[in-house]
Amino acid sequence: MTDVVSPAAGIPRAKSVRRDIGIKRRYAAERRFRAYGIAALSFGIIFLMLLLWSVVSKGYTAFQQTMITMPVEFSQQIIDPQNERATNPQKLMTANYPVVARNALAKLLNVSVDDRVASRAIGQMLSDGVRVQLRDLVVANPAIIGTTQTVRLLASGDIDSAYKGQIDLDVGQENRKINDQQLGWMKQLSDSGALAKHFNSGIFVNGASSRPEAAGVGVALIGSFYMMLIVLVLSLPIGVAASIYLEEFAPKNKFTDLIEVNINNLAAVPSIVYGLLGLAVFVNFMGLPRSASFVGGLVLTLMTLPTIIIATRAALKAVPPSIRAAALGLGASKMQTIFHHVLPLAMPGILTGTIIGLAHALGETAPLLLIGMVAFVANYPTTPLDPSTALPVQIYMWANEAERAFVERTSGAIIILLLFLILMNVGAILLRRRFERRW
Amino acid sequence: MNMMSESAVEKALDQKMSDASHKMIGKDVSVYYGEKRALFDVNLNVRENTVTALIGPSGCGKSTFLRCLNRMNDTIENCRVTGKITLDADDIYDQNIDVVELRARVGMVFQKPNPFPKTIYENISYGPRIHGLSKNKADMDQIVEASLQRAGLWGEVKDRLHESGTGLSGGQQQRLCIARAIAVSPEVILMDEPCSALDPIATAKVEELIHELRANYTIVIVTHSMQQAARVSQRTAMFHLGQLVEENDTDKMFTNPDDQRTQDYIMGRFG
Repeated sequence: MTDVVSPAAGIPRAKSVRRDIGIKRRYAAERRFRAYGIAALSFGIIFLMLLLWSVVSKGYTAFQQTMITMPVEFSQQIIDPQNERATNPQKLMTANYPVVARNALAKLLNVSVDDRVASRAIGQMLSDGVRVQLRDLVVANPAIIGTTQTVRLLASGDIDSAYKGQIDLDVGQENRKINDQQLGWMKQLSDSGALAKHFNSGIFVNGASSRPEAAGVGVALIGSFYMMLIVLVLSLPIGVAASIYLEEFAPKNKFTDLIEVNINNLAAVPSIVYGLLGLAVFVNFMGLPRSASFVGGLVLTLMTLPTIIIATRAALKAVPPSIRAAALGLGASKMQTIFHHVLPLAMPGILTGTIIGLAHALGETAPLLLIGMVAFVANYPTTPLDPSTALPVQIYMWANEAERAFVERTSGAIIILLLFLILMNVGAILLRRRFERRW
Repeated sequence: MNMMSESAVEKALDQKMSDASHKMIGKDVSVYYGEKRALFDVNLNVRENTVTALIGPSGCGKSTFLRCLNRMNDTIENCRVTGKITLDADDIYDQNIDVVELRARVGMVFQKPNPFPKTIYENISYGPRIHGLSKNKADMDQIVEASLQRAGLWGEVKDRLHESGTGLSGGQQQRLCIARAIAVSPEVILMDEPCSALDPIATAKVEELIHELRANYTIVIVTHSMQQAARVSQRTAMFHLGQLVEENDTDKMFTNPDDQRTQDYIMGRFG
């Protein structure tokens, strides 16, 4: 009381009356929240790793293919016994090439061709694709008939799987597709170096095939490429033009509100509905061909448009109003303001949205099933109006196949699809960076 | 340097001012934002080669009035302007007046420096380019240099014309915006609190610039700083609750205003 010089004495007392705000609890809550975040992140990363590991471990073998390198005698006796190839061009196309290959392999294994059972078993070790392989060689150069050439031929899918160790050899031979005799030959061939794994270029260039060793994603790649091109060419200008109109020019009324709600809803419509729409409108009503990547591209465009419009509108909205005011204040017209200033600033956002939309479209399967792109197409489509398939549809089809060799191909195709997606995303990042640096 | 000649110029200008014609005349100007009325029958004239300051508490309508002068309010949805505003003899809200041409004649500088995210050169050349003011590159170079000179920025940026305008300091950016407005050779320059985002040194520079620009341009400036209004303007208009309270010579306004509200505001009793 008499201590007049210590008004400070009141301050510590003030601290004691302060309401308990639980500082410790606050920090604990923050730590907990961080821990949850890290846990969620780790969870995601673990599953991503699992996915990648499962796909890559199953699929990397698809990029190698077992092949048998051996001297093949192009015997006139078998290919063209009556020597009529000059007059009958069909002869070389229809000759019995599998026998040529089988005999060559039998000779290599020192098995008599007269032993019917053994010859049949030997023939099963080679892919049916050798017919096409040898035919192409002979048709390209008929002069090789009667000579002996060293040729690298595809082994059959079962031999391929066995050689890669994907077949369980503990089961009895009557329960496997490949018997002990064939396994012995396989070992003999691989010891002599004739049978070996080589880089599988076929998976990138071949079309559909019922024989796994000859099947590839070539047609699907071309189909997907056409579709991406169509989606890009159609949805980018239409989407950007629509967004600019809606964002900058359209009056704000009930009607435009309705459009906005609808666009947002369209982005969430299941893709299979777009497939039905495409089937009804493009195929049935407009009479466009089935299975064509052109129709696929149109359907995917419809599907991508809402994504692009939403992303573009967000990007346009994010341009600071001060830039618009500056341009308008200088006497720029609305068009000039948008095209000289707003659009370039919104470009990174628009590009990101577009590429996300494209990547989404690249991986889309359901709508393509409905317009008939799930088809067995062995020949390259020369135009977007020719029948073709798409990468994800090819994966879907392979996943339905029973042979062991298709399992690795399914994963191999997934790897190819993922690589394309990564490529597109990297492209998006690079473009974004380029545009951002300019401004 | 030579105070004599400077004050002589001042005097000449003041002389010119006193019998100056009215560059812009606002008659019964009212502005509505939807149902809400923001300005009530404002009658305010802007004299040629004069700095007119608009002061008043926040939300009093001074910026709204300023934005009427080059029809920037057109860009606001639901905004309606009634009354009549003329530039020289032309009614700027007339059907025949092109708003693009109007904004070339009545330039604007905004509260926050808003250079385009382009190079300094492009910032200045954009206006002349869209208005077709230059025939060739040399012409444009000259316009850019002259505008930067006038804005007192040439010396600071002449070696970095092709660097981004957003890399400049705040004060430099604002002077760049003024240079950009000057580049289209406007007759009137509107400034909406041009110094509110600047530090005192940058503010001093901009004020000095406004002072110099007065010789060639008619300037209308909105400001929250009474001192600034007193320093840079010759005429001052005081707004309150959407109404024009008083418009007078700045000297008189700050020493002996006619209206009690002006007196109170200037003394800091409200606002």
